[in-house]
Amino acid sequence: MTQSLASLVAGQSGIVCGFTQDDGTTQRLMQLGIIEGETVDVVRRAPAGDPIEIRVLGYSLSLRGTEAEIVLVTRA
Amino acid sequence: MNTELQDKLPVIITLGNPNTGKSTLFNALTGMHQQVGNFPGVTVESLHGEATICDRPVTIIDLPGTYSLAAQSPDEMLAIEMLLGRIDEVGTPDVVVVVVDANNLRRNLFLASQILETPLPVVVALNMMDLAAVNGTTIDVQGLASALQCPVVPMCAARGEGLQELHQAIADTLDQPMAQRPVVDPTLRAAAVDLATALTTPGSPLSPIEVERALIDKGGFAEQRLLIRDPDLEPRLDALRDELGGGRSLATLEAQHRYGAINEIVNAVEVRASEQTRATDLIDRVLNHPVAGSLIFILTMAIVFQSVFAWAGPLMELIDGQSAMLGELINAKVQSPLMASFLSDGVVAGVGSVIIFLPQIIILFAFIILLEDTGYMSRAAFLMDRLMRWCGLSGQSFIPMLSSFACAVPGIMGTRVIPGARDRIATILAAPFMTCSARLPVYALLIAAFVPPHTYLGGWINLQGLILLTLYLLGMVAGVLTAYLLSRTFLRGPSSTFLLEMPPYRVPNPRSMAIKLYGRAKIFLRRAGTVIFSVAVVIWFLASFPRMEPNEHIAGSDDRIAAQLALENSYLGSASKSVAPLFAPLGWDWKVTAGVLASFPAREVVIAVLGTIYAIDADDQVSLIDRIKQSRRPDGTLVYTLPMALGLMVFYALCLQCVATIAVMRRETNTWRWPIFAWVYMTTLGYAGALLCYQLGTSLSTA
Repeated sequence: MTQSLASLVAGQSGIVCGFTQDDGTTQRLMQLGIIEGETVDVVRRAPAGDPIEIRVLGYSLSLRGTEAEIVLVTRA
Repeated sequence: MNTELQDKLPVIITLGNPNTGKSTLFNALTGMHQQVGNFPGVTVESLHGEATICDRPVTIIDLPGTYSLAAQSPDEMLAIEMLLGRIDEVGTPDVVVVVVDANNLRRNLFLASQILETPLPVVVALNMMDLAAVNGTTIDVQGLASALQCPVVPMCAARGEGLQELHQAIADTLDQPMAQRPVVDPTLRAAAVDLATALTTPGSPLSPIEVERALIDKGGFAEQRLLIRDPDLEPRLDALRDELGGGRSLATLEAQHRYGAINEIVNAVEVRASEQTRATDLIDRVLNHPVAGSLIFILTMAIVFQSVFAWAGPLMELIDGQSAMLGELINAKVQSPLMASFLSDGVVAGVGSVIIFLPQIIILFAFIILLEDTGYMSRAAFLMDRLMRWCGLSGQSFIPMLSSFACAVPGIMGTRVIPGARDRIATILAAPFMTCSARLPVYALLIAAFVPPHTYLGGWINLQGLILLTLYLLGMVAGVLTAYLLSRTFLRGPSSTFLLEMPPYRVPNPRSMAIKLYGRAKIFLRRAGTVIFSVAVVIWFLASFPRMEPNEHIAGSDDRIAAQLALENSYLGSASKSVAPLFAPLGWDWKVTAGVLASFPAREVVIAVLGTIYAIDADDQVSLIDRIKQSRRPDGTLVYTLPMALGLMVFYALCLQCVATIAVMRRETNTWRWPIFAWVYMTTLGYAGALLCYQLGTSLSTA
């Protein structure tokens, strides 16, 4: 089932399967390694649930909920 | 530095992702021989240094860390301009050193593979090999070099390991440049070459690289530049994008092709130990924890803040004392009174008012560099982002705002870490509201004079301290509200992205820290120091001329009375008297007005000016307090009442009385629009605040 990266809770993982939009922000996400087929782990959330810390390509990245909503994943 | 000589030196540029130890490598190559580069029309800062590579003098340029050459940000555009040889002062670089973190090979190779597609000689510095060994990652360096078709030097810049080999590789590449390498997407490159050839006109060359970037990065800088050249090009670019992309954006295809190629290479050359819990993860469980992390963050900031003021205090007193002593010495030794006054009140006081801020600035910078180099800074931004965003700022605004409590100049300089223009401008406009150290002397004087030292709750709370705290809070609230309102009016628009890497925690390299600290202190001295110094001299002039002839002195009067009279008749004195009616509704007479006017270029001078106006030695706080308490209007009423003094403090809290801040705002926003806006807005706010305080307070106390 496809869901947004923003809907994953800390400790869950997903495999990137697409994006809801195709613009500059999406390009940035892809440059940082969030591309189709990669596994993304949600590590933790900041106070008030935002931003989100994820792990991809073996490094840690933080992004806001608005950006995580662009990324579509299937639960790994 | 000799410009002509520099032109002839080979140019080496260092590029790489943030957090790859790039600046440590640059510092290891150049040592202290570096300066900040300024190119016309380029706001992004690059560091320039000189080094000797195998007996050959070279110029090394360190560009800001970027993740990609996609021309979406000014940093990336500078990188592209530099790679294309478009910066006239530099020319085409002779060698590009791409710094790659061995622990983060795949993401780092994204930028590297983009640079490897340019027709420039490249050397890859595979940095932080020591950490890779600890993490159980092994890399087949030879295999990587043959896959990338360029020299790869394994190293650890922080310990100086591999530095000699890097020198050798750079020297070899200078001797025998090798640049022909395959590209990831030959179809795209062929189309870019065709278009570049078609568009090239004599005298204005066009590189396939920038055409390729224009095609891939729709709406980016490279496309904008191309459209300036030929405004009718857009339909042609779009048609080409559709043809090449086949329904998908070229940016998506670039990322997929590039990471596809990178994955093949990395799978062949890298062996990673199974992902284990790293020390960083354990530390982050505490430091990034929503509750514990936030508490530790607040505690850390409190320690930084406390140290900046506590450690700097004695040094500042020492500097103050030394410059006062030097002034007295000059007054005693120099025969001509005009010359003595210029040297002691103009030059020495001017230099003194610059270096008095240095202790705070250096301690503050040292903490910031420590927080940056350990990797804690991105955790702070992560924790604060939600709160700061509510105020119309971003997580990365926090540290610039905190720095502004010492001085807004380094705070505004520090806003470069904020990626979005909207958040950055909002931070720049909010920063000058934070109570900087130059406001403190004014507060201290007026609070001591007019706020009774009442204590409450058995001595735990004291009214004077409470007022000081209120003034701090007033600045914070005004700054945050300003950012909040701006982000919902003038700066409305989508919030910028917040994609922030959390690098592993590291033990910082002291040498690299020291070099950075030296560099930043130097920039502060140049940016703020020259302005503050010139302003001090100008104010001295306005307060000393036109000069009174000695025979105009009232017979038998002492020097202080003479100085008082001289000031009253000076340009500053006359100007204050003519605009005083404007400030009468605030309860100010011409003397207060003179002090305020003089402090518009730099607010800290007010104490010295008031000292002269009330004819006492400026260092004598106690008699200044007594004197202003007794200062009366011609009708015999007291000038300084509690409402008037509170209003005056509110004025200083809200007003932008600092030429150095205005200058740095102009520099950082690259337009006069924002500094002028800030000045008008803050002055109006200060006037309104003081008016409200005085009128309301006066009517309450007489009612």
